[in-house]
Amino acid sequence: MNVIEVHQGRLESPFYPRLKALDRLDSWHTWKGYTTPDALFDAELEYFAIRNSTGVFDLTPMTKYRITGKDSLAYVDRLVTRDMQKVTAGRVAYAVWCNDQGQVIDDGTIFHLREGEYRLCSQERHLPWLMAAAIGFDVTIREETADIAALAVQGPTSFSIMKNLGLHGIENLKPFGLMHFDFQGTELMVSRTGFTGDLGYELWLSPGKALALWDALFEAGRHYDIRAMGTHALEQARIEAGYLAAYQEFLPADETVRTGRSRSPFELGLDWLVDFRKPNFNGRRALAAEKLSGSKWRLVKLDIEGNKPAHHSYIYAKPRKNKKEIGFITSASWSPVCKQNIAIGSVRMPHGATGETVWVEVYYQREMHWSRVMAKATVVDKAFWFPARRSATPPAPY
Amino acid sequence: MTEQYDAIVIGAGHNGLVCAALLGKAGRKVLVLEANEQVGGAAVTRRFADDYSVPACAHLLYQLQPQVKKDLGLNIALASDDMETVALSTDGQHVRYSGDRVQGVSDADAASYREFHRRMGRFANLLQTYLNKPPPRLGTKDRKDLVTLARLGLDLRMLGRKEMREFLRLIGMNIHDEVTERFESKLLKGALSLDAVVGTHLGPRSPNTIMTYLYRLAGNAGRLAAPAGGMGAVSEALAQAARSHGVTIRTGMPVQRVIVDNGRVTGVETQNGENFASFTVISNADPKTTILNLVGARHVETGFARRISNIRMQGNAAKLHLALDGLPVVQGLEKKDFGARLLIAPDEHYVERAFNPAKYGETSPEPVLEISIPSFRDSTLAPTGKHVLSAIVQYAPYRLKKGWDKAAREAFKETTLRKITEFMPDIDGRITAVELLTPVDIEQEFHMGGGHWHHGEFTLDQFMFVRPVSGAAQYAMPLDGLFLCGAGTHPGGGVSGAAGRNAARAILGREKSA
Repeated sequence: MNVIEVHQGRLESPFYPRLKALDRLDSWHTWKGYTTPDALFDAELEYFAIRNSTGVFDLTPMTKYRITGKDSLAYVDRLVTRDMQKVTAGRVAYAVWCNDQGQVIDDGTIFHLREGEYRLCSQERHLPWLMAAAIGFDVTIREETADIAALAVQGPTSFSIMKNLGLHGIENLKPFGLMHFDFQGTELMVSRTGFTGDLGYELWLSPGKALALWDALFEAGRHYDIRAMGTHALEQARIEAGYLAAYQEFLPADETVRTGRSRSPFELGLDWLVDFRKPNFNGRRALAAEKLSGSKWRLVKLDIEGNKPAHHSYIYAKPRKNKKEIGFITSASWSPVCKQNIAIGSVRMPHGATGETVWVEVYYQREMHWSRVMAKATVVDKAFWFPARRSATPPAPY
Repeated sequence: MTEQYDAIVIGAGHNGLVCAALLGKAGRKVLVLEANEQVGGAAVTRRFADDYSVPACAHLLYQLQPQVKKDLGLNIALASDDMETVALSTDGQHVRYSGDRVQGVSDADAASYREFHRRMGRFANLLQTYLNKPPPRLGTKDRKDLVTLARLGLDLRMLGRKEMREFLRLIGMNIHDEVTERFESKLLKGALSLDAVVGTHLGPRSPNTIMTYLYRLAGNAGRLAAPAGGMGAVSEALAQAARSHGVTIRTGMPVQRVIVDNGRVTGVETQNGENFASFTVISNADPKTTILNLVGARHVETGFARRISNIRMQGNAAKLHLALDGLPVVQGLEKKDFGARLLIAPDEHYVERAFNPAKYGETSPEPVLEISIPSFRDSTLAPTGKHVLSAIVQYAPYRLKKGWDKAAREAFKETTLRKITEFMPDIDGRITAVELLTPVDIEQEFHMGGGHWHHGEFTLDQFMFVRPVSGAAQYAMPLDGLFLCGAGTHPGGGVSGAAGRNAARAILGREKSA
């Protein structure tokens, strides 16, 4: 009899031995089947590495699909709401894709690796939808999550580290660009992308060379205070950058049961990603109708008074009398780098215009007892953290 | 320059012709493009051997909607109205039924049949009202839809508490349970089981086969008719009506694709490269062929393309045509009886057993048959004294496990003839020509995907609000300018004209409200 052993329990990323060696906290969780550290030695310090030196995050568990074939451009163009004709080979596009009702299934990045060859990277798994979207197209969709090891290298010194790693020409790489390099005989793809809102790169290569890359990277970053980090630090940086996270700012539309619990791109502040000049894309008809009749929700970034993070708070139009609940906080944090109490939330239209004052009901606990404050908050439109170095090309060598 | 039409109809099937005629009657400039040389789609009479002609696919008329006849002023000469059905028995003890009368069964069965027929007739009438309207959208604020929904609820309630419960109990049920509860005559049970499953990929124990039975009754009050000149005469009459309303019909013009420009339909291109322009294109082809082949899935959205590609539509009925040099002998039948519809379905289990192998991609070793001898009523179909026999033979799955090669066809022909011989012992010596159309042949000849004459399996999950798929049940497809008018839309197949009429009314209604 042929016995096939099926791996049970958490998967280990190819970088696991290095992460494990650095781990002092033994605090891990599952991320899409992979064991992933919350933090390795101190979440705060790991976060400060992103902002002041360089933090390295293992993003191998990110869901990755390879899209190839004669119709690959037409395919991705119909899949997502933005115009993919403009995304030339060597460029990366942030994109959302919707169902026929114009509700967001997920957001992610699409890497135009080579002419007609794409990698779609997302938080959630989407093979059934991607296969359905392939009906009538000459494309091949391949799930390649486990075939690609990936690291995010983020922070002001990351450019110097990349140079030190011997990546010639990296100084010309613009934000949302990608380049191919040779790394010990294996192809290394480097994109100037990330989830931290800072200067940073993402490195992609086959798992066989993962540990060699890690070692070379940390050697190159020895004098640039390179540090490995876990998801807590990344989450902190993500909120400061004002990026969306699935299951926080929105629920994937195919996961919702109740009507009205999903969000359209407009309701997530992603109007700039919807291009009605395209004659057809998934959700176009519904989104055109929404454009006419108006959206129900609006995503807001809030600058909140005080220093107590507004986790899970309700948002009100008025603080006391006739207080009317208009929405809720989806992500919140005290931002050490901005020295601001920041949050992202979802409010009902027409509330939440830029500059508007709203009130956030913050609950906090002191020695078991709960207290509550009504904190004043202002709707802001820019990302909380957007340093000039993020878009400078070439970046300055810190 | 390509000529601009108000509407182009792809396919001159009976629904396409009804739709075109009604649009023409409303003053629209309409072009119909038909792939075959003959109009009528599956409702045609054609020659299959020297001097012998048959209704090549549909062979009985039972559902042509009175509303269609009235709107188009059709006057179709019938060779036979209210045809009798004879459920054949090898010993000559046949069961006959027509209307609410049944002969050859016990008094108890006869009384029970009267009651059964009355109730089914009542339900079929209710159904018929809604066959002739676009199904209302659910969860809408549209006034017309809400009124239709309210009417549907009211009409159900007006059946009376007991009858409404009975309707709701029966509608999703299988015919087997109902007939076994009601009747003792095996022949009657077998015949009614066959009536419920003709033309479907369903056995009498499959769910909602009572609904398919009701659907057959909903039109001519359950009366079976045969037009003079065969089914082709109906199509000719419809084409005539269309032409009289200024519709241009061009045959031998297979459409290659529907032209989509900047997110809307702008015309069609034929296989010979000719372009015809129109901002309204109505397809009489089945939904899968229309969306996936003629339009292309890339021009619609993913969820819709997925639903369309998941429509179940694999035919399971073959068509057998025999040229005979004289009427066969059937024990217990007189000459006049050959004008009746003859069934080979000796008992209710027989029908289900015939279906069993079809589930696994095999043909029935003991098939069921619905036989008609059209030449008996209509002398134009065969030389004097000679006859043609037309039979629907089940089950012959579209996707045969071994494939429909020559050997498989011969084997099934053999099986079917053997079965007929059991009831008509001298038939072998009378046959001068044989033609067997498998679902694959039906697909090719009549351009219906899967060779399924309903253009989509007739089940509750593909019925009314969700036919052809949810969100597209009102004939307009989610692509500007594209409509469907064929059997794949509400209410379904059979020569009824309801889909074509509903589609035309929906299109005209939209123009009015726009």
